[in-house]
Amino acid sequence: MIRVTVNGVTSEHEVEARLLLADFLRHSLGLTGTHVGCEQGVCGACTVLLNGDSVRACLCFAVQADGGEIETVESLGTVDDLHPLQKAFQEHHALQCGFCTPGMLMTGIDLLRKYPLATDAEIREGLSGNLCRCTGYEHLVQAIRSAVEARNES
Amino acid sequence: MKPPAFEYLAATSLEQAVAALADDEAKVLAGGQSLVPMLNFRLLAPSILVDITRIPGLDFVEGDGDGGLRIGALTRHYTLETSALVQTDFPVLSAAMNHVAHLAIRNRGTIGGSLCHGDPAAELPGLALLLNAQLKTTQRTIAATDFFASALSTILAEDEILTEITLPALPPRTGWGFEEFARRSGDFALAAVGATVSLSGEEVSEARIVVIGAHDTPLRLSAAEALLTSRSGIAAAAKAAQDQVSPSDDLHGSADYRRHLVGVLTRRALTAAWQRAEGSAP
Repeated sequence: MIRVTVNGVTSEHEVEARLLLADFLRHSLGLTGTHVGCEQGVCGACTVLLNGDSVRACLCFAVQADGGEIETVESLGTVDDLHPLQKAFQEHHALQCGFCTPGMLMTGIDLLRKYPLATDAEIREGLSGNLCRCTGYEHLVQAIRSAVEARNES
Repeated sequence: MKPPAFEYLAATSLEQAVAALADDEAKVLAGGQSLVPMLNFRLLAPSILVDITRIPGLDFVEGDGDGGLRIGALTRHYTLETSALVQTDFPVLSAAMNHVAHLAIRNRGTIGGSLCHGDPAAELPGLALLLNAQLKTTQRTIAATDFFASALSTILAEDEILTEITLPALPPRTGWGFEEFARRSGDFALAAVGATVSLSGEEVSEARIVVIGAHDTPLRLSAAEALLTSRSGIAAAAKAAQDQVSPSDDLHGSADYRRHLVGVLTRRALTAAWQRAEGSAP
């Protein structure tokens, strides 16, 4: 039995030890915003926050999250009330097919909290663990840069 | 794919974890950033995973009071990357940490886990060798030079757990260099070289060179180290480094290319180390 708080809601679940956190979120909780791409930690699509830190939900078992707090892309904003980073993605056209977007957003949140991101090179370095098959990287960098500027002004 | 079924134990003490490892097919789970992909690929099918991350007291970075450092095996990469102590006393380690994977992996992966996984292309095993680390386990203390047996293999016993890494202080007037070449930021190195040069007067009191990703273990290049008696010895040391490694061919690069890289990276790392030792570079 594990007890987790996901996007502010605490619940208890019986899970098999081998259940990946990504599958727990999607299948047990129905939170399909977290996408599953490579299942080997390379693509970054399944990135969520565990106790405030970005993690690959495909490289973590649900049992390891016992007692923890998880934030998924669903915690950010709604269609009518976008999170500032989602707004930046929208304004800079930082998504095309949208598959990598949840991982990009959750990675972006952690990068913005932890690093100065003073240069585009730093932003690129920070995003280098997330793959966009549409290759829309330039717009992603622009979106993060505008979020960095907003962060630095506030 | 999904991992095969296994039992899971969240150990709360080292004794409990060691006892659980008596099972032949047991594996230790720390940060899981190398283990879980191997499980997902079904390259491994352990009977039980012994999660050691809930064992208290193994996550710390502390000075040893003598210019050296003690690092708990469960310290996460991100903690080491951002440690002010590491930046001050072992800047070469900070520089190398910048090349370790990506933030989400560094948030989760542990120092002990990376060492015990023993990937010859990973930064930490190489840095342990460069910095003459002593690796303390539940049974003994092992010098980093003895720790790595071959690719992805260490001399640890099945029921032995790494608990602490100690780095002895570097000599005064030590400069460092770390040079890595990877196809993509955060990927495993095609080759990387770490070096320290310690000066005493105009003489080299000690030079250390480690190469990563060009051998089945990280490798200290003693022959090349011995050639570095003066600054003009850098070219000869780089050539010796190139001759001493036996990298493998794969789709990312040929053995010849990797050997060439080792020469170039050694020259750059030694040049940077020399400049820092002389105080002419930060």
